[in-house]
Amino acid sequence: MRTSLSQTRRRFVDWLLGTSLGGLVIAVLYPAGRYLVPPASGESATASVTLAVGPGDVPANSGQIFKFGNRAGILLRTPSGELRAFSATCTHLGCIVQYRQDVSHIWCACHNGHFDLNGTNVEGPPPRPLEQYQVNVRGDQIVIGKGA
Amino acid sequence: MKLRERWALAWVWLDARLGLAEIKQLATKKEVPVHRHSVWYYLGGMTLFLFLVQIATGVLLLFYYRPSADGAYESVQFLMAEVQFGWLIRSIHAWSANLMVFTLFLHFLSVLLIKAYRPPRELTWVSGFVLLAVTLGFGFTGYLLPWNELAYFATRVGTEIVAVVPLVGEFLLRVLRGGEDVSGATLTRFYAIHVAVLPAIAIALVALHVFLVQRHGMSVPMDQETRGERPASMPFFPNFFLRDLVGWLLALAVLVTLAAFFPAEMGTKADPFVPAPIGIKPEWYFMFMFQTLKYLPAHILGIEGEAVGIFAFTVGGLLVLLIPFLDRRSARGQASRLFTWFGLVLIAYVVVLTYLGYTANPTQ
Repeated sequence: MRTSLSQTRRRFVDWLLGTSLGGLVIAVLYPAGRYLVPPASGESATASVTLAVGPGDVPANSGQIFKFGNRAGILLRTPSGELRAFSATCTHLGCIVQYRQDVSHIWCACHNGHFDLNGTNVEGPPPRPLEQYQVNVRGDQIVIGKGA
Repeated sequence: MKLRERWALAWVWLDARLGLAEIKQLATKKEVPVHRHSVWYYLGGMTLFLFLVQIATGVLLLFYYRPSADGAYESVQFLMAEVQFGWLIRSIHAWSANLMVFTLFLHFLSVLLIKAYRPPRELTWVSGFVLLAVTLGFGFTGYLLPWNELAYFATRVGTEIVAVVPLVGEFLLRVLRGGEDVSGATLTRFYAIHVAVLPAIAIALVALHVFLVQRHGMSVPMDQETRGERPASMPFFPNFFLRDLVGWLLALAVLVTLAAFFPAEMGTKADPFVPAPIGIKPEWYFMFMFQTLKYLPAHILGIEGEAVGIFAFTVGGLLVLLIPFLDRRSARGQASRLFTWFGLVLIAYVVVLTYLGYTANPTQ
């Protein structure tokens, strides 16, 4: 009778110490882990930007990078004279793409990925097309908007 | 009192408190086997020497470096141009890092081919493998710190790789970068990892690794062990130790020559709004992985090519880590051709892909 009572007590104390220790570990690890996760910055709310360059500054068969909120975009004029804009972040591993005049492609230097003038991945490792933006020319201003 | 007597007294005093006699006994008793593969024994010590150089020069760099997107590049520029011998300290740090990865690779490959991971040295292998991973982590995080264009894109690509992990990939990416993109927040994270987290882990692991080497003694090649004869040996102290020192001096000479004639470059300051430069490359020890990712098609069996590639590298790494537990034949003291071939194929793959990485035309 005595032993079983002391065993019960012992088990209770073990349980108490065990859970307290577990609680202590969690109380230390959780804040430290949470501390390492950066606070959400909120998706960039930018819906449209007016570029510093005018339509006359973009010759045919050329492209340039612009800021779209905190992201990079690429504005290009096709050899046939049409203005188009895409996200400049390569869908492969996130490098910034550039326009290649020799092949009239959007090209990523990091892993040799090619996109055609519609932003479609046509060669190399990129798995998806580039996101296309809407280009509006208002007088001598270029306005880029999301969702084409 | 004569100097000699004073010294004897000091020894007795210290011995009573530190147990110097035991350490001396250990050092004089330790023997190093001598055979035709003995030369590989020096590579571990050489790597350790270069690691010590990294700690010393790294501490010196901390006196001037400022970890912010606005100040990092400028602080390194100041260090290189204005600070007396700043260029030398930084160049030694950069070259010593490269040499350390190089000697570590050689050390790793020699252990792999001699099959020194056989029981009871499995944990020595595991701790060494983790040290290799930590070293690559040092290289990856340190590369970003000067905040130049090459480093910026290498980090964009390198961190993006964790995003392929199923389910939690995007979350891990955000934690690693300190935000959605590579930014000043990534820089402070990498700085903390590079100068505090990894050194703490590395020092603890080096201690464990050296302790294990000390505990089990140097591994002897299998053919000698199976023949059962006692190999020739030399005392560790001073015979092997002095030879080790010669190796260290040699490493130092190579290091200083490289640093003096090919000082570390600055590059151009990172700008998130310019395209990745043509011919962008990672550090040479990541080149084989980088080049592999270039060759993979967009999709393999319906899965994104890069995910397949990264998964394959992860599995490959795990296989290497577990070699001591997989290679049952050499554990029993039998010849193990399969793992010899595994080692040779691994070396050939890394060498060929690295070669292609430096010679293939980047625009085609």
